[in-house]
Amino acid sequence: MTPGQSDDRDVDNQIGQQKTGQAANPTHDDGPRLRDEGIRAVPGTEGQASATATARRTGGGGRGKGKGKGGGRRKKGRAEELMVPDATFTTYYGRQVVKATPWEADIPFYLFAGGLAGGSSLLGAGADLTGRPNLRRNARITAVLALSASGLALVHDLGRPERFYNMLRVFKPTSPMSMGTWILTAYAPGAVVAGAAEVARLLDVERFLPTRLRFLTSLLDWAARPGGLEAALFAPAVASYTAVLLTDTSTPAWHEAHRELPFVFVGSAAAASGGLAMATSPLVETGPARLLAVIGATVELVVEHQMEKSMGFTAGALHEGPPGRLMKASKILTAVGGAGALLLGRRHRAYAVASGLALVAGSVCTRFGVFEAGQESARDPKYTVVPQRERLDARRAAEAAGVPSGAAPTSVRPGPSADESQTTDPTVDPTPHPQEN
Amino acid sequence: MSLREAFGRRLDPRRGPDQAFTSVEEGGPAVRAGWGEEPPPRKGFFTDTSICIGCKACEVACKEWNGVPQDGIFELLGSSYDNTGALGASTWRHVEFIEQRKPLGGQTTGVTIGVPETAVSPGVMLPDENAGSFGITAGSFGTIPGPVAGPDHSGIDLFGSLKPEPVQDKPLVDLGMPAFDLPSASPDAGERTEFRWLMASNVCKHCTNAGCLDVCPTGALFRTEFGTVVVQDDVCNGCGYCVAGCPFGVIDRRIGDKHQPKDAIANKNHGIAQKCTLCYDRLGEGLTPACAQACPTQSIQFGDVDELRERANLRLADLQAAGVAGAQLYAEDPDGGVGGAGAFFLLLDEPEVYGFPPDPIVTTADLPRMWKNAGFAALGFVALVTTAFVGGRR
Repeated sequence: MTPGQSDDRDVDNQIGQQKTGQAANPTHDDGPRLRDEGIRAVPGTEGQASATATARRTGGGGRGKGKGKGGGRRKKGRAEELMVPDATFTTYYGRQVVKATPWEADIPFYLFAGGLAGGSSLLGAGADLTGRPNLRRNARITAVLALSASGLALVHDLGRPERFYNMLRVFKPTSPMSMGTWILTAYAPGAVVAGAAEVARLLDVERFLPTRLRFLTSLLDWAARPGGLEAALFAPAVASYTAVLLTDTSTPAWHEAHRELPFVFVGSAAAASGGLAMATSPLVETGPARLLAVIGATVELVVEHQMEKSMGFTAGALHEGPPGRLMKASKILTAVGGAGALLLGRRHRAYAVASGLALVAGSVCTRFGVFEAGQESARDPKYTVVPQRERLDARRAAEAAGVPSGAAPTSVRPGPSADESQTTDPTVDPTPHPQEN
Repeated sequence: MSLREAFGRRLDPRRGPDQAFTSVEEGGPAVRAGWGEEPPPRKGFFTDTSICIGCKACEVACKEWNGVPQDGIFELLGSSYDNTGALGASTWRHVEFIEQRKPLGGQTTGVTIGVPETAVSPGVMLPDENAGSFGITAGSFGTIPGPVAGPDHSGIDLFGSLKPEPVQDKPLVDLGMPAFDLPSASPDAGERTEFRWLMASNVCKHCTNAGCLDVCPTGALFRTEFGTVVVQDDVCNGCGYCVAGCPFGVIDRRIGDKHQPKDAIANKNHGIAQKCTLCYDRLGEGLTPACAQACPTQSIQFGDVDELRERANLRLADLQAAGVAGAQLYAEDPDGGVGGAGAFFLLLDEPEVYGFPPDPIVTTADLPRMWKNAGFAALGFVALVTTAFVGGRR
């Protein structure tokens, strides 16, 4: 059948028109193509656009959610334009380069709950050793509740939850998730024993037990202190390893934060656990919790600020869109909660409860903000392409400048030496890199 | 890689004991993975995109052989002939189509037939000003001989007898289909412009330093005796960590179809991370992977990685001699950020044009530093709590 013999000429015409409108026709003028660009970056040279232009076009998220930008964020966008004036980059139809994790809200919730559990176990152990029974009881119960919620969230997040135990068959230092599994496994028994002892005492379980079994509660009572101390031994790792869990990925906004994120997370954990203890325990016993919360909030705010500076271009993910709002909320809540705890926390229980809960909410916002910023940075190709392109161009320039191959590393080598070679050898990477801490 | 080079690398002080945190090793990745001192030669792909014709036979062959479910139902993405989109859990080969206002190497630009010649407009970006013949308005093909620009066949109509007689009363409608004529042969075609079509078949790189393999917490991802990286779908619990671990965005967790029965093909390995296996089952039988077997132009070449590297370098030298600006090898360098991929590419433009990361570095390269920082942070937490109890007595 010849093309002209088709019964349905309308269809033919439509297809023909569609074709000429497509970029497939090299002789066609730029009208429809420009419209295409409004939707997504076009590959090749024509797809080159300034990073900020694409950010505007795609709403910073590469998903076209550009509506509803607030004035505050516009200001941030302008600041970024100044920072990165001429960053052009190319993409394949505006598609993301690296993939975002399939993790959902379970994981940021776990980041918060894990930090809360770790901090509470430390507080519980301290209260136990310094004779603060209410603080000890509440901290231990908080820890065991947060731990249980963490475990459920972690298993629920798996693609095949019924196979979670496969993580318990491997010990693998290169996998932060494997190490985290073992850290939690080591932490859990002590926390559960200490928490169970408090719950048993609270509910007066002894009354309901037959006489023959009452020794169980005394056994639990006896085991509470060693259990609590054992949990406190692993609790700091529970609070800090989650940062490695995020940063050991190719997700730009997480990986680039690998120098400071553990400290941010520990500060956040201290603020949350101290804050919740302030809210749940009487004023006379919460002196340490208040101090912990205040220092933790300060550490979180200061190091987070430092982190945004050292992340460079990638820090944009922490300012834009919903993650930007979360991070802003986290800063406000943490600052208000910390100041409240410092100035008013001792005066009245109501102030203590309010500032404590603000700190908890701030910690939640930090975790969700950092998590979502990472996901957005993976979905937006600019965060992958622009920094890597800069690194590559710098290296090529150094090679062209006559760095003899063989005598000096001509490329960034894998392995831990990579960072050193980047930051200490100006011939390899002349771009300004954040200082190592 | 010669023995001497391997030895030199082993003695390289920059590769310290911390290298235990990555999967770098000297005798090929399989040795480190415990496959004995003399595993089979490392296998891989060399994808020469300069001769890819975008037929997608590799995509189809991969799906057929590996029983991979469909990855979308007749979706039109509006990205040239690419309606697959990206690599993923159910896309292990992905053919990319890039349309560019750039001339092919060795081709003189500004050629028109039946229309007055025009000079290259100053606004048009050329890949390399020094590449040779650009800007020359003399109208002839192939001033530089090379594999891309063949002899001028424009005067010969090989398929003229096969063409249907045009029906005079109905005007022909341009369907945009490929034709045997030169693009500007018809009188109403207008000016000839710089244009080229890049096609590339993307695949898992089977890195020497594989991020996915390093971060897998279950051991489901493993290094085969051929130096490739494969998921054991009966071990993976779908934690999704490898998805973020991969610097190329290759691996993904498969999402099944709830509306179909559990044993339907769409629900095969639901919730489990999936990617190219380099046809591990076929390798074991001495067969070529399905995609390379199906490739009609040998754009996808399969073989021992050492040999493929030599071939790739020869081909690159050929193209560069022919004036193909922008031709470059990608992910091939053993000193690169992923330690040299098992599957590497010859590209005709910068990597990001193809959606590749320009300079990927495996994330676990920074892992020792991360653990160190996390350790300091944990100690700091203890100090913090101690301070709180000492100072917070009031």
